Amino acid sequence: MITYLGRRAFHSILSVIGLLTLVFFLTRLTGDPSALYLPLDSTAEARAAFARLNGLDQPIYWQFLEYLRDLLQLDFGESLRQNRSAMQVALEAFPETLKLAAVAITLSTALAILVGSLAAARPGSMFDRVASLISLAGASAPDFWVAIVGILVFAVGLGLLPTSGTGTWAHWIMPTFVLMLRPFGLLVQVVRGTMLSALASPYIKTARAKGLPRQKIIFGHALRNSLLPVVTVAGDLATSLVNGAVVVESIFGWPGIGKLMIDSIIQRDFAVVQSTILVTATAIFILNIAIDLLYTVLDPRIRY
Amino acid sequence: MTIITPDIKPAAVPGSGSVLLAYLKRDKLALAAAIFLAIVVLAAVLGPWLVGDAASRLGLRQRNLAPFSLASGWIYVLGADTLGRPILARLIVGAQNTFGIAAAAVFASMLVGGTLGLIAGYSERWYSHLILRLADVVMSFPSLLLALIVLYTLGPSITNLVIVLAVTRMPIYLRTARAEVLELRERMFVSAARAMGAKPARIIIRHIAPLVLPTLVTISAIDFATVILSESALSFLGLGIQPPDFTWGAMVANGRGYLATAWWIAFWPGFAIMLTTLSLNILSNWARTVADPQQRWRLQTLRKAAR
Repeated sequence: MITYLGRRAFHSILSVIGLLTLVFFLTRLTGDPSALYLPLDSTAEARAAFARLNGLDQPIYWQFLEYLRDLLQLDFGESLRQNRSAMQVALEAFPETLKLAAVAITLSTALAILVGSLAAARPGSMFDRVASLISLAGASAPDFWVAIVGILVFAVGLGLLPTSGTGTWAHWIMPTFVLMLRPFGLLVQVVRGTMLSALASPYIKTARAKGLPRQKIIFGHALRNSLLPVVTVAGDLATSLVNGAVVVESIFGWPGIGKLMIDSIIQRDFAVVQSTILVTATAIFILNIAIDLLYTVLDPRIRY
Repeated sequence: MTIITPDIKPAAVPGSGSVLLAYLKRDKLALAAAIFLAIVVLAAVLGPWLVGDAASRLGLRQRNLAPFSLASGWIYVLGADTLGRPILARLIVGAQNTFGIAAAAVFASMLVGGTLGLIAGYSERWYSHLILRLADVVMSFPSLLLALIVLYTLGPSITNLVIVLAVTRMPIYLRTARAEVLELRERMFVSAARAMGAKPARIIIRHIAPLVLPTLVTISAIDFATVILSESALSFLGLGIQPPDFTWGAMVANGRGYLATAWWIAFWPGFAIMLTTLSLNILSNWARTVADPQQRWRLQTLRKAAR
């Protein structure tokens, strides 16, 4: 168990370092930030001073070595845009995304388990067909378009919900719904598939022969054994949920990590881009380990 | 991926065209999806030739023309955008870029990912481990964020868009190909080829790759919908395709600013994306049912009920 976790952590750290290296050199290719942060008529001396102050006059490999050294000292650099620690900026935005993502993935998983199980209990029934079609539509819909149609109908048309921003609970409805759509669609199909095969297995026949009530067979016996693939897919989806968050946050003006990332890339705020990547990658890495541990809880036969 | 399948009766082999067509006719939803996709592909191929002029012709009198009116001609049935260009014509023309980019990206990622997977699966040298680690790096990070950074760096263009989409989808082909090779390389025919002195390159290309290819093609068909969605999201965020070229995703972005006055500009292209990806998913679900001997009876019994 410990060796497994250690190996897993080692690989993840390698991945994160690879990613940071890649992003470091890529962001440095986007151009000189002094062109963006100083007035157009500023002198060459002022530009040179700005570059020196932020260490941009050094050769790029030297900048990279300095970056690595600072990283080891837990110094993540200063945000050019906000004049404070880049990590602080990233960590302020992160909980906003985490809240949204946690609500979305929890709701969509719970709903998908319910709908998928009921669909699998009566394959070919009306409920099953409608659920299949809805889940397919959810998995196929472009999230940015659903968001826009949502704004069109509920904000512009009916005036029921705010178009963007945060604050009241009404601000949560549209972003959460849009973010839930794709995970829900994919998860319903997974739950339905695994439940179908679970319900066809001999121990379900036994349970039925014992005269157990239907709900108990479906949710007690079959579901328990179908949860493993569902957790795997839900974990994978949590990673891609960040993709959805980028779109949703930029449309609804949600001050999370996705919006911060887009703004920082466009404004060449390198340190913030790197900090957000570090935070996101670490969160995903912790999530993956948590899922591995969850396996052992769900299926006692699994040991590491 | 077995080569010998003696237990399947010739009548049930879902390979011949007429049998497949019969199965397709039985599933009304899949049939509708197939017809819709055929129309869209036709539009993508012939569109610019048919309505290319109409799509870029400015019409001052048709500015923000509302949909469902035939007063200005059938081409304006879905309305017009802020410059008076008919949306239907732009949808037809935009289909070419939307499909072309997705197809190129899927093909590139299948080719490169498949090749790397073959190498990583067959060889156990250091570069195999390196390939796997690189796939991990790509897999472990949200693809859209990675694509945004790369596109912002290299500059948004169609070529870069295809490269970025291909790279983010590559790990799937890589891992599948590798998993298949790990199993195949222990088989007798590979040992035989090796015993007869075949070089690794020949074994991989002549003996292993043909058996891995069908799986990769199946995955690519399912992946096509995902790539269309990714591309349109990138174009929507403004880092995908750049004017004067456009895809459906870019059309939604254009209409975003006119939601209150002209909803149809953003609505139709997104609706087209949704119908396309939905059709692709319905068809791939259907194909999975047909290809699975344990599920195929559902389609066969449907016929009996219909008679």
